[in-house]
Amino acid sequence: MTASDFRATEHPSRLAAILAAGHFAVAAELSPPLGVDLEKINHNARTIREYADAVNVTDNQAASVRLASIPVCALLVQQGIEPVAQMTCRDRNRLAIQADLLGAAALGIKNLLCLSGDHGRWGDHPGAKNVFDLDSTHLVRLARNMVEYGCLDNGKPLSPAPRLFIGAVANPFSPPYDYRPFRLAKKVAAGARFIQTQLIFNVDRFRTYMDRVRELGLHEQVFILAGVGPFKSSRQANFMAKKVAGMDVPEVLLERMEKTPRAAQPEEGIRICCEIIEQVREIPGIAGVHIMAVHWAEAVPEIISRAGLYPRPIMAATIAKDRQEAALTTQQEG
Amino acid sequence: MSAAKSHRLAGFIRSRPRLERLLDRLLRPVERLTKGPLFGCQMCGQCVLHSTGMVCPMTCPKNLRNGPCGGVRLDGSCEVYHDMQCIWVNAYTRSQKLFWPEEIHDLRPPVDWSLEGSASWLNLLTARDQVQSGCESQPASALDLVPYDS
Repeated sequence: MTASDFRATEHPSRLAAILAAGHFAVAAELSPPLGVDLEKINHNARTIREYADAVNVTDNQAASVRLASIPVCALLVQQGIEPVAQMTCRDRNRLAIQADLLGAAALGIKNLLCLSGDHGRWGDHPGAKNVFDLDSTHLVRLARNMVEYGCLDNGKPLSPAPRLFIGAVANPFSPPYDYRPFRLAKKVAAGARFIQTQLIFNVDRFRTYMDRVRELGLHEQVFILAGVGPFKSSRQANFMAKKVAGMDVPEVLLERMEKTPRAAQPEEGIRICCEIIEQVREIPGIAGVHIMAVHWAEAVPEIISRAGLYPRPIMAATIAKDRQEAALTTQQEG
Repeated sequence: MSAAKSHRLAGFIRSRPRLERLLDRLLRPVERLTKGPLFGCQMCGQCVLHSTGMVCPMTCPKNLRNGPCGGVRLDGSCEVYHDMQCIWVNAYTRSQKLFWPEEIHDLRPPVDWSLEGSASWLNLLTARDQVQSGCESQPASALDLVPYDS
């Protein structure tokens, strides 16, 4: 199969199918726990199951040790949830990356998000060696080689080739602003089929970015999912604005959170998030949203429902079928 | 130098291992002593300075070869070392002032670590730095996909 033969509709990935069908897609995100207790992650998975077409699972987020992304993704597959495995370049060289991608595909994972990864210096093991054998663009290209050309990075054939829907990330809020749309073009040239953006709070900046992306015709070559997320508190908003690199939070939003009484702050955070979803949906070239509710899975159903994005096209059918089967079993048993 | 001639020269040097070793021994210190202080050269052995605005991408704490990460702070500083300007912000700005501003958009292949420490000038002559990863011909530049007016 060559790149030009790629058709998202024929892809086994449900996320690809939803995007190809022209539905406004919804992705959510789960952060695996530290430790081997799966209760919390299972609970969160159940909470967001009906509300997202796909669920990203982070890979040692913020350069801190967590349960690995791929096993958690495999767990989600068992529960009928479509996972997006996140893979960073910080912890693995090209051998380990390819081995893990094969493992992921073999376990039924169909989506991959390629990132450079946060540097280890600010993580929980500051003395660890940062690998960065590849960069995120290399990773996209390597995955495309495996998936679409059926070969390893050394050119050796690989059969059968893994089937993955390959995504990359974009941060429109990080300098140099003129260059960012071209950086996106580079990732698309390397083989990215979908893009998830950094959290959007500065919608004006994002609009400017998308204007340029459309001028370059990139919105027709890749599905762009806008990253959004709620503040849980005024403190968290301030933390994001001041401490998280590459994040652009306008002063007005910080003020809005600050003025809200503490007990009502989560509600205000969700309201802001819904407003931003409404605004980014209007931007031509946006194919969906990616909701990053950090350690706050309960917010996802609320946001999706209020934004008018519920029920989800495929999950609704799957869940109805599940319920019917469950009812049948009960009847038979009775 | 024409493509055919440079190909012949590459073949000539590569078929003479002792000559190649000698040239490498001679060129290494020259390269280290000139490009080190000037560009912070890390001797990766496959120099791409020309296409990255004469800023060495190996000075990026993440060794990124294809552009800045998403962690560049709003003031243009590095997410890893706050007192340092993002090297890719510099690379992009400077690349646009050169006569070949489009080269920043090239898709650069992964680093061939087996060349680390060797003389990139020689590797350029012998074409050992023509690292090709993967198996099929793929876009060589982001500009293959988008209209470019500069």
